[in-house]
Amino acid sequence: MLELKNISFEVSGETDEKEILKDINLVIEDNQFIVITGPNGGGKSTLARVIAGIERPTSGQLILDGEDITELNVTERAKKGISFAFQQPVRFKGVTVLDLIRLSVGEKISVAGACEYLSEVGLCAKDYINREVNASLSGGELKRIEIATVLARGTKMSVFDEPEAGIDLWSFGNLIKVFEKMHDSIHGSIMIISHQERILNIADKIVVIAKGHVTAQGKKDEILPELLGNAGGAASCKYYQNS
Amino acid sequence: MELDAIQQQLLEAVAGLHRIPTGAYNIRANGKSAGRNSTEHIDIVPKEDGSGIDIIIKPGTKNESVHMPVVLSQTGLTEVVYNDFHIGDDCDVTIIAGCGIHNGGDASSRHDGIHRFFVGKNAKIKYVEKHYGSGDGKGERIMNPQTIVEIDEGGYMEMDTVQIKGVDSTDRKTEAVLKAGAKLVVMERLMTHGTQSAVSEFKVDLEGEDSGANIVSRSVARDESSQVFISKINGNNKCSGHSECDAIIMGNAKISAIPEITANNPDSALIHEAAIGKIAGDQIIKLMTLGLTEAEAEEQIVNGFLK
Repeated sequence: MLELKNISFEVSGETDEKEILKDINLVIEDNQFIVITGPNGGGKSTLARVIAGIERPTSGQLILDGEDITELNVTERAKKGISFAFQQPVRFKGVTVLDLIRLSVGEKISVAGACEYLSEVGLCAKDYINREVNASLSGGELKRIEIATVLARGTKMSVFDEPEAGIDLWSFGNLIKVFEKMHDSIHGSIMIISHQERILNIADKIVVIAKGHVTAQGKKDEILPELLGNAGGAASCKYYQNS
Repeated sequence: MELDAIQQQLLEAVAGLHRIPTGAYNIRANGKSAGRNSTEHIDIVPKEDGSGIDIIIKPGTKNESVHMPVVLSQTGLTEVVYNDFHIGDDCDVTIIAGCGIHNGGDASSRHDGIHRFFVGKNAKIKYVEKHYGSGDGKGERIMNPQTIVEIDEGGYMEMDTVQIKGVDSTDRKTEAVLKAGAKLVVMERLMTHGTQSAVSEFKVDLEGEDSGANIVSRSVARDESSQVFISKINGNNKCSGHSECDAIIMGNAKISAIPEITANNPDSALIHEAAIGKIAGDQIIKLMTLGLTEAEAEEQIVNGFLK
């Protein structure tokens, strides 16, 4: 279980301090599938980066299974079981997909073993396993490899920052299956930042963040109809029902 | 002549050899020949004036290799060696050279190898060269290799050079002249640390129609070390040339990349690319989210880059 207690995050602007996150309180239960949504610029990605340890909160605490991890760095949190998939995956010259999967697993697994993770995210493994994670890969390919690294870690807490961005619509159904399967097999908590109804639709819990605040949170059945209603009335409701 | 333990270790580092190789070879240790073997198709003969050797590969020789390692373990030794490779038409061979210096003393040890390649028509050759230094003496380990290449019509040469560790000072020169349809591909990997300095200079003349060269250098400069990469490509016919220098800079190192491309013919297509920069912060963070420490992440990125 991960608890966020009174998390605030400020950055210095040219003239004043800007508060990106304001007094966020949130509990992510074991084995819970939680989706964070809300308008752009509302603080969602910052929240994810605070959980991964990439950003340090200005105030507040993060408690993982009863242990205060607020002061732990990225590596230490990774070792405690937190994984993070970047919104914009990083490119590496010379580091191959196989290298990256092996680093994720933390041991030198077989090529066949590594290929399984790629197959799960819909990549034909033999075409990708020895390729460099560089600019020769498309945005969508990099995105799937990024998701595969988190799958390969299989930790108790996985955070995905807009995993659907750059994934084509044809593959979208597979992406949903990846998360559902992950939810069933790893028995860890999954937190996804997303704007997509189809992802919101598989959540146990939805949290809405806007202007740095949690403006709503609750079970999918409570939050989703309200969200869709606000987002554009009948049209989006209809889309939701049809899909 | 028997090799001692240090020499054997150097031999493994530069040539991947645990013992005497099969096929043609010439092993040079502390300025003297330590073993030589010619085969049916590959003749290794000393030059009459004693300044080096000639390696004569008969036309049509396929899938054979030549090992040419040099090891120096005696402090203060300075040597200049001329090796000429005559590669016959239609050959397909691999040549593995390399130099390892162990300097445990206070005097400089220096090896200047001058390798000339005469690549025959439609011949294909892969040339692998590794440089390595060890020893904790104050004496410098210096290597100044020169590679001079002439590729005849339709010939192909791939050159793969690695200098990752322990060479204090290096001044490398590579010159090539390519005839019609000839191709040259170079992959250079270099890492300097401490106060080491390295200069690598390429000069390629694309003389023949449809000749082509691709020169790629990847380097990492750490600590207080310095590197200069110079590449000059002259297009004198309908040809294609590409040079790329990609460098990671760390600590207080200095790197210069000086590319020069000259088209003396309107059908020359020449490109140069050069980039120098630190390891991107995001790369380190990504690997840290996989559980690596910052230092481990840096190591992985550098290793991958130089792989």
